[in-house]
Amino acid sequence: MTARAVESWTLEPLTTFVQEAGVRLVLLMTPAGQVLAQSGFARAVDVMSAAALGAAIFASTTEMARQLGEPPFAGLAHHGEKHGIFLSSVSTDRGPVVVLAVYDLAATSLGLVQLFFDQLAADLRGASPKGSEQKQVLAADFERELTNSLNSLFGR
Amino acid sequence: MSKNGYESALNGVTAVRGVRGAMVVAGGDGLVVAESLMEGIKGAAVAALAASLATRLGRAMEAGGVGGGVFWHLQAERGALLVVPARSGMLIVAIAEPGVNAGLVRLELLKAAEGVA
Repeated sequence: MTARAVESWTLEPLTTFVQEAGVRLVLLMTPAGQVLAQSGFARAVDVMSAAALGAAIFASTTEMARQLGEPPFAGLAHHGEKHGIFLSSVSTDRGPVVVLAVYDLAATSLGLVQLFFDQLAADLRGASPKGSEQKQVLAADFERELTNSLNSLFGR
Repeated sequence: MSKNGYESALNGVTAVRGVRGAMVVAGGDGLVVAESLMEGIKGAAVAALAASLATRLGRAMEAGGVGGGVFWHLQAERGALLVVPARSGMLIVAIAEPGVNAGLVRLELLKAAEGVA
């Protein structure tokens, strides 16, 4: 399973997480949906869809928590028939990183994914470049940034 | 069954001399349902890894044609992990010192498994 990163500091923590947790697909992105790294995706269009949906879910659950007067949810898990989805975020010096992981229920479990997610969070915090908050992408630049990210991730 | 009910099912296990903690774990998810652990034991990690191990051991035993497991005892240098699966799919897990009376722990784990079935 090949992991590719737009932001190189995310690659080693991501690779370790994939190996340890036994997850099938992982996407690291900003809350706005900018992709930082991916593992397991074969097509750029799948990354685009997953990033857009993951960012939307993250935004809506964060808003729900805000309206309840709660801090943002620590994580969100969906248990399907064959697959599970885990969505959470990590605060780093580069800003928040949203992690979307899809796992095969026959190969791993939510408990293992959560366990190794804690390790991923620590590794990302340790690896993130210090004092360099990620710049916000303007809506006008979003498509160009997205194309650049997908080109990096799929080696075009 | 309430969380208190699950916790009380563990009382017999933790009462055995040399047992450092016991847990009810959701077998499929590897998540802690109830726990009674001494300080310093990472319950979530033990639950996730024990459930993963139990799943794989169960598959190996089924593949070997010996049926499902009823008791696992993993002896390590500084302690032991003892697991009994309940009919409901829950796992009753005990973490014990190396010299623990494994027979007695097994008996209490089986009783707890009946309680949460």
